Amino acid sequence: MKKNDQTPHLDRRGFMKKTAAAGVVASSPMFFMKGAYAAKDFRNDPKDSKTVTLGFNVPQSGAYADEGADELRAYKLAVKHLNGEGDGGMMKTMKPSMLKGNGILGKKVVFSTGDTQTKSDAARASAKRMIEKDGALMISGGSSSGVAIAVQGLCQEMGTIFMAGLTHSNDTTGKDRRRYGFRHFFNTEMSGASLGPVLEKEFGKERSAYHLTADYTWGWSQEGSIKKYTEALGWETKAAVKTPLGAGDFSQYITPVLNSGADVLVLNHYGKDMVNSLTQAVQFGLRDKNINGKDFQIVVPLFSRLMAQGAGENIKGIFGSTNWNWALKDEGSQAFVKSFGAEYGNPPSQAAHTCYVQTLLYANACEMAGTFYPPEVIKALEGFKFDGMGNGATEYRAEDHQCFKDVLVVRGNQNPNSQFDLLEVVQEVPRAQVEYDSKEFGGELGPYEV
Amino acid sequence: MKNLFKSNAVIMLVFSAVVLSAPIWADPIGANYPDLLQKFAIFGLFAVGYNILFGLTGYLSFGHAAFLGVGSYAAVWSLKLLTMNVFLGIILATIISGLFALVIGFISLRRSGIYFSILTLAFAQMSYSLAYSVLTPITNGETGLQIAADDPRFLDRLFGITQEGVAIPSTHFFGFDIKSMDGYFGFYFAAVVLIIGFYIALKIFRSPFGLKLKAIKSNQTRMTYTGFNTRPYLLSAFVISGMYAGLAGSIMVAIDPLAGAERMQWTASGEVVLMTILGGVGTLIGPMLGAAIIKYAENIFSALNNTELTQMFNFAPETIQNALVFIVEPFVGKGWHLSLGAMFMLVVIFLPGGVMEGVERILRLFGIGKKKKVVEGDAK
Repeated sequence: MKKNDQTPHLDRRGFMKKTAAAGVVASSPMFFMKGAYAAKDFRNDPKDSKTVTLGFNVPQSGAYADEGADELRAYKLAVKHLNGEGDGGMMKTMKPSMLKGNGILGKKVVFSTGDTQTKSDAARASAKRMIEKDGALMISGGSSSGVAIAVQGLCQEMGTIFMAGLTHSNDTTGKDRRRYGFRHFFNTEMSGASLGPVLEKEFGKERSAYHLTADYTWGWSQEGSIKKYTEALGWETKAAVKTPLGAGDFSQYITPVLNSGADVLVLNHYGKDMVNSLTQAVQFGLRDKNINGKDFQIVVPLFSRLMAQGAGENIKGIFGSTNWNWALKDEGSQAFVKSFGAEYGNPPSQAAHTCYVQTLLYANACEMAGTFYPPEVIKALEGFKFDGMGNGATEYRAEDHQCFKDVLVVRGNQNPNSQFDLLEVVQEVPRAQVEYDSKEFGGELGPYEV
Repeated sequence: MKNLFKSNAVIMLVFSAVVLSAPIWADPIGANYPDLLQKFAIFGLFAVGYNILFGLTGYLSFGHAAFLGVGSYAAVWSLKLLTMNVFLGIILATIISGLFALVIGFISLRRSGIYFSILTLAFAQMSYSLAYSVLTPITNGETGLQIAADDPRFLDRLFGITQEGVAIPSTHFFGFDIKSMDGYFGFYFAAVVLIIGFYIALKIFRSPFGLKLKAIKSNQTRMTYTGFNTRPYLLSAFVISGMYAGLAGSIMVAIDPLAGAERMQWTASGEVVLMTILGGVGTLIGPMLGAAIIKYAENIFSALNNTELTQMFNFAPETIQNALVFIVEPFVGKGWHLSLGAMFMLVVIFLPGGVMEGVERILRLFGIGKKKKVVEGDAK
């Protein structure tokens, strides 16, 4: 049938039509195979296969490469645990759980990997490769919200579930939310809501802030959220300057801060960018300055231990928020840290944690649905309440596919006990304080069937 | 009979057959999936256009990715503002990138040689920076420009065309969904455009206009002495190749409606230079071969990891297997650039004419090329 669909626009050139038709005829066995395959079922249905493939799409180069490497370690560990190897990690503490340690629905889990290069084009290309060539049933990964949003959009079109890794922009589950995309990680709105009261307590109500912002969706989102909550305290925003992602040298952006009259610097940077900008800000002596009779302060709204490690001494005493920290004492976190440490010799980062949890959640949702058919798996995930995954009681809100749970406000540790003991938890902000209406950021999930 | 291999019809027939049967011959090498096949066709088109400038006139432009990017943005805006039918977007993108090339070419072509290259590089980097941060309202910066459910799409609205039950409408070519046939329609669409583009390039190569461009390459000063004003020819070649790049960019958008600033980065411009040189500068088929080789390496080599390599060398005893994996591993996965670099060096050193020179040498070995030489001699 499809042969006829092909030819109309070729009518203009007679000889071309013949060649085109010949080519289509020659390759038509492919279509019939594929067409028959896709007619009733869904894309990449594992059917009788003994294995099921998951696709892990992480940055292996660029400004977020460190995070990506840690995410990949977590995915490999999750796959091991799902297949019943290793000590099981959080599979033992997850409640409720239908995971049996025999893969997903009895099929052994295998995976393929891709490098997003922190570029939308490259990320979509590698996601497509994993879906179209390797037969991946689920794509997971992240570290840049721009990339996560681009890949999430693609996954909706392809009808493949996307379990977002580290992505912090409101847009991921806000205006760019998708039916096939799910996010366990928190967002900038929650960072703002949790940081606001702590900043008020520590620095008072009369402050003027200067923002340096990574120039893409996450940076804009975080700048907006922090402004919203600090201005509500009575803070003044002196300026908000956009810096290119992966700039490397931030000195040209930091010099003007000194003369701006601001007494707080908000660094809306992440990964190597944050390491560089914070190090340079400290080297420029910002923290030793006294402006308007107040000590100059630096705030890094989104913190991670990997970044703290990169920034070294400069991180001490600096406030930020985080999704999870390995030093948490609950059973789930302890079990995860133990098995991650045994495997790789260092504690996991928050990026690793969220990716590990997402993989388990997807597997569990398939078990709950009793099928890999995406619309059923989505329905199992929507509104799913669980505990024992390191964040206390957590809920996947059905309206926007965002997880709601407690948020940690942390500070760079003044007296670390070990090279990994870099963040101290100042406050565990309860879920109620960071919750917002699902319609706040707009957006439309779209259909179940694609 | 002796002119058979040189006739346009035969060349086009063979070329079309090869391109359209890609899903068959790409299968054994693991490249038979829509995304990569589409990339072969799109970057093939980009390289064919680039070759009209670089291959024929010898002017080395280091900024062609800018036109690709402009074409992409123009096409996305056409999808956003006018209609989800990609036809209009493709036409608009080609025209706009042509105008853009006219401006940049007009200035850059006042110089030749390395100065021309630097000028084009500077313009491309300028465009990239503009797209990345300054023109954020138009380009959406690093995040990339995407289509949204609430875009105006005036033409679609005017004719009352809506797509029911979807969050984001999909692109179509007069009603044929680009994503249909599991993505293979997208490939055939790009392939047909590539065939048309190739036909035009073939015509240019064999026209008096193409001959003049070749004369510019061999000796521009002599051309000037014989009374030719070379600049209009150069500018035409520049604009044509810019339009090809814009066309390629718009096809990319037609298949996957997203445009990002990184498409305009200098590495992207460098890539098309690599493709052309790797395949064979100034040959008709070479640049496309180069594009296919580079895209294949980028997508397949970069995805190999330790486990897959271990499987690949399963036949050997364990120590040898480990040794092989140890040797090969740096060249795949993250290190695929390394193998590409090595391949590029080998080609440039031993086959200065690119892969096409290798093909010719092999053909000559079997006595096929020789005949062709005699034919060429006869023609003279």
